[in-house]
Amino acid sequence: MELTIFIITAVISVVSALGVIFNKNVVHSAMFLLAHFLTLAVFYFMLNAQFLGMVQILVYAGAIVVLILFVVMLLGEQLGEDIPRWVTPTNGVLVLLALVLLTIVGTAVVEHPTTGAKGDFTPELIQEHGQAEMIGAVLFTDYILSVQLAGILLLVGIVGVIWLARNENLPVIAGDIPTEEV
Amino acid sequence: MSQQTVQILVDIVKLSIVASVIMGIFVFILLVERKLIGRFTRRYGPNRVGPFGLLQSIADAIKMMLKEEMVPGHVNKIVYVIAPGMALMSALSVFAVIPFARDTITLPLESLIGFSVILTPWVADVNVGVLYLLAVGTLGSYGIILGGWSSNNKYSLLGALRTSAQMLSYELPLGVAILSVVVMTGTLRVTEIVEWQTQFAGFAWLAFLQPIAFLIFFISALAESGRAPFDLPETENELISGFMTEYGALKFGLFQAAEFVHAMMFCTITVTIFLGGWNLPFLNEILSVLPSPIQALAPVIHVGIFIGKSLVVYCSLIWIRASVPRMRFDQLMAFCWKWLLPIALLNLLVTVFVLAIIAELLGLW
Repeated sequence: MELTIFIITAVISVVSALGVIFNKNVVHSAMFLLAHFLTLAVFYFMLNAQFLGMVQILVYAGAIVVLILFVVMLLGEQLGEDIPRWVTPTNGVLVLLALVLLTIVGTAVVEHPTTGAKGDFTPELIQEHGQAEMIGAVLFTDYILSVQLAGILLLVGIVGVIWLARNENLPVIAGDIPTEEV
Repeated sequence: MSQQTVQILVDIVKLSIVASVIMGIFVFILLVERKLIGRFTRRYGPNRVGPFGLLQSIADAIKMMLKEEMVPGHVNKIVYVIAPGMALMSALSVFAVIPFARDTITLPLESLIGFSVILTPWVADVNVGVLYLLAVGTLGSYGIILGGWSSNNKYSLLGALRTSAQMLSYELPLGVAILSVVVMTGTLRVTEIVEWQTQFAGFAWLAFLQPIAFLIFFISALAESGRAPFDLPETENELISGFMTEYGALKFGLFQAAEFVHAMMFCTITVTIFLGGWNLPFLNEILSVLPSPIQALAPVIHVGIFIGKSLVVYCSLIWIRASVPRMRFDQLMAFCWKWLLPIALLNLLVTVFVLAIIAELLGLW
């Protein structure tokens, strides 16, 4: 049963991931990306990590792909639609980089295979206290420094975006449409 | 058949029952809305088809279905066809975690298939149910965005752009408002949140305990489902029908259905999270003194109360639609980012602070 679901999901996942890359229409690519994120969430559910799966849908499928679509629509004509051919020097370098990354990740996985629960957190304990509670407890005790650093990183990102998006020519009167002088 | 197979079959049957009942209620609610809007604007509303116009929605549905399915030549066909389905699907899926009653029913089928089947009044009781509500609810914007883009029409695209901006913005205060509820109840399980509200003889409705969060949630839910006064996605006087402009026949009907089911969905979420779900004050106390045959009817009473409450909330939506004029787009965005979100965050901070003080005083650390 579980194997069947896994194989079906895995096939959809790989096909949609390839669809993202090989599609010439940007919006179709974004839809394949959405399908891919949803299958990733299914993988999390099958590993009994409902919290991560839900956050995956909420953040990636629910917000990030919407943002991508938003940008695609705003820039519309300039993006995609005319990719002449796939074999270019840039793409070659990118494929090489991807292979290097795949090798590193693959080596890490093969050298350190993880089987079953590690540490103090058994499935029974998680079942008893709830997923979000356990993840929260770990994040805000053992890994508090990483959480804070990630928070600062995001804050820097937000400030940077606001700085980039500011428009010095517009008057900064809140909620008012700038009117021309008579 | 193994027990697992039977349970999966039962779940599938339950899912289809919930989905069809929701669609049935949608047909009814369409009529209620048109009738009430008529009354609010001093008209009669539909009153020609059937007694009191009761069959109007069915006539409309048949008309919608019998229309010719046209696909305009300039659209992106695949996306154009998928979009209405995506919109409806996300709105319908949310009902999977809503608890419609309290008690589970055990069907004693040992003699027949070797084990008893447990019937729960919800389709799934997910560990992270509140997150599910938010996550699946947000997927509804895809139908609108893709529908608007694939139509290859400037008005549709503008409608879709506005909608995606509106939905992304209002998700934030919505989530933060729910977060203060989660902090208070200490659980992400929807059934436990409803159970929490049965304290104090059923008076512990989170709408009373978290009035600010309730208001913010309600306003954001209005905006998320694109209801008046936030129906910017389909501003008739500016955008024709927004993202729906190029749609016709059944696909247009699906978009309409998605919009109404989305609003119904937010009504049921409001009832579940803020208005005590299937419970009424003193209901449990009254039920416990009644004779057992009536007590056995408790699930039916619960479901009735739940549907009644949801209808009351829906009628308030119609009331708002009839009385508040539409906002301008910049007002809409400013309202979300400059008022709702800061207030929601402040409310969350105060909630956490007060809860911490209470826990400190009671020695719960």
